[in-house]
Amino acid sequence: MSANTEIDNVWKLPSHRKVGMVTLILAESALFTIFVVAYLFYMGKSLNPPFPREVLEFPLLGSIALFSSSATIFLAEKALHKGNRAGFLFWWGFTLVLGVYFLYFTGTEWVKLIYVDGLTIATNTFGTTFYSLVGLHAFHVVVGVMLLLGIFIAGIRNRLKASHTEHVEAISYYWHFVDCIWIVVLSVVYIISVRV
Amino acid sequence: MENDILIEDDYRLPDPVRLGDEPGSFTRIIQKIVFTVDHKILGLMYIGSALFFFVIAGLLASLMRIQLMYPNNTFLGPNAFNTSFTMHGTTMVFLVGMPMAFGFANYLVPLMIGARDMAFPRLNAFGFWVFFFGGCLLFFSYLGAPGLYAAGSAPDVGWFAYSPLTARAFSRGHSTDYWTLSLLLGGVGSVATALNVLVTVICCRCKGMTLGRLPIFVWSMLVLSFLVILALPCLSACQIMITLDRYLGAKFFDTQAGGSAVLWQHFFWIFGHPEVYILIMPAFAITSEVIPVFSRKPIFGYPIMVAALVSISFISLGVWAHHMFCVGMTSLENAFFVTSTLLVSIPTGIKIFNWIATMYGGRLRFELPLIFAVGFLFQFLIAGLTGVMLAVAPFDWQLSDSYFVVAHFHYVLIGGLLFTIFSGIYYWYPKAFGRMPNFKLGLWHFVFFTIGFHMTFLPQHFLGFLGMPRRIYTYQADRGWDEWNFVSTIGVLFQAVGILFFVYNLIYSYIRGESAGEDPWDAWTLEWATTSPPPDYNFAEMPVVKSRRPLWDAKHPDDPDWKYE
Repeated sequence: MSANTEIDNVWKLPSHRKVGMVTLILAESALFTIFVVAYLFYMGKSLNPPFPREVLEFPLLGSIALFSSSATIFLAEKALHKGNRAGFLFWWGFTLVLGVYFLYFTGTEWVKLIYVDGLTIATNTFGTTFYSLVGLHAFHVVVGVMLLLGIFIAGIRNRLKASHTEHVEAISYYWHFVDCIWIVVLSVVYIISVRV
Repeated sequence: MENDILIEDDYRLPDPVRLGDEPGSFTRIIQKIVFTVDHKILGLMYIGSALFFFVIAGLLASLMRIQLMYPNNTFLGPNAFNTSFTMHGTTMVFLVGMPMAFGFANYLVPLMIGARDMAFPRLNAFGFWVFFFGGCLLFFSYLGAPGLYAAGSAPDVGWFAYSPLTARAFSRGHSTDYWTLSLLLGGVGSVATALNVLVTVICCRCKGMTLGRLPIFVWSMLVLSFLVILALPCLSACQIMITLDRYLGAKFFDTQAGGSAVLWQHFFWIFGHPEVYILIMPAFAITSEVIPVFSRKPIFGYPIMVAALVSISFISLGVWAHHMFCVGMTSLENAFFVTSTLLVSIPTGIKIFNWIATMYGGRLRFELPLIFAVGFLFQFLIAGLTGVMLAVAPFDWQLSDSYFVVAHFHYVLIGGLLFTIFSGIYYWYPKAFGRMPNFKLGLWHFVFFTIGFHMTFLPQHFLGFLGMPRRIYTYQADRGWDEWNFVSTIGVLFQAVGILFFVYNLIYSYIRGESAGEDPWDAWTLEWATTSPPPDYNFAEMPVVKSRRPLWDAKHPDDPDWKYE
């Protein structure tokens, strides 16, 4: 018996929601790796214009919005742990707004690329790899925004329970991951490829 | 951690929908199958549907062997032959091999680690149904979508679908779309289930079940899931790229617009080679459980076995281009991939030696599981030796895409994987159904299947040396291939008889088999600590584990393992 109580005291396993999210992030990273490699492989190999250096502008405002949303979601989590409902809803809603702004920014960029510069997914290998990589990332932002919205609505309607803190943390993991991917996409697409 | 924004309110779960009244009625059974989130039922559903697809893909293979029985045969036309080998390969890899692995993982991992279910039971059901409907979608291609111009066209681009065969210009209609969409679904389902297995092993172990005490079966499934998590998204990326190319005019693999067909090969095999190890992992898993129990000895070199598993999985992520020696890479690339491929043989060799060392000096009980496991050892050795031969680039230049390659990977997947699947099914049949499998029928199954297997695939090594390429639908009479092809086809007959004995045994033993009891094999892992079949909740009282062989400790309190570990 004494041996069992000893085990009871030390036997702690990680939360399955967090490990599940980390595993999903691992799988998503593999997916992104292929598209990043495709972009790098075709960099500078497009047969016809437009080329990246002619049409791409550094997405300063969008990037600032997305990067700062990592900070706001962190503040939201901190408020949650302190039990500060208003603070949680404020920072969580702020994160949501920043995510939506990033999508709006990407949308205007794409409208400009398509209608002003005439670059579509079928124009050349740059168009193909650009839209598939940036689009895959934007798709993940859309999913993230929907997750954020779900929690936000639950928070406003007072439906968040103590058992939901892990869900909130798992979603914040996902959001940080989407942010990290943007670092990679930003460096590869908007910093390296415009110099080739 | 109390906080004011969080309100505890108890949801009342809605009562489950009840259809039929009497338990055991048809509607109740259907209801159970459709609504279940129980890992044991889902595991059996995985194994059952894998066996179903196995029979279909086996019939496709038989059709191809009948076509190749004689030179200039006209049994199947070239188009039917192309669809047959494509559907055979795709089905065997994605609808038989992986679901079979997931079936075993689903059924056994929670039982072996002393858990009541998987970490995410509903995700588990989702994974199964996505895989199952993906498989149905693939086979629906035979009927096609009536009214469209592609009615009744099965995929015919080969299971690795080399670009530019999949381009719109060369694959009109929807056959390739059936292939890409069903594999995309299969990829989603596999990642979901692999994630589930991985999280279950990490987060749901019973008290005392440290990583160092996990059964090697569970370790293998953990490594398998890790590989699925890393490899399958690459396949999904490939399918997304093909679909973009075909429907939005993207240029990924369009050589006229500067795209690269070789890039497809790299991307596909970055998924494709880890996939090979995903497929063989259940063989390692089952053998590592069966051999110790039937040799009455604990597994030899447990830490080394685990280290070998992990190193095989890591090396397997860096060997993909050995499928592409004939593409014409630089000699540096060739040298790298030759070396990394040869490296795999070291941990694999360690595993084979450790299994033999486990048997050495043991009191061997030649029950059905051990018989099939010993068959596996010999056949997997042959497969490994031909694998080492093919890993050497100049040898591969000569024999790539020949029947030698076909013989090699069928020795891996049938002689290696399938024999252990049979071994595992006979080993855990008493646990799942509470009845012993019939020994005599199983022995006939082994005899016929082993003879048939070697008759079919041993001659294909020689056909490869004689220059017969794979995927040709017929050949001329004067090539010296006639006799070997004839023998190879006759072997299929023996295999089919073996499979009939197997299926008959499963049904016969379910009805007539003698009662098994909790632990018919006198085994040591936790799944044998509960009733056969296990109750819905697996364990009435959660077990506490102190060593690698918890049931040994329970049966021998005077001399438990944990005193020595």
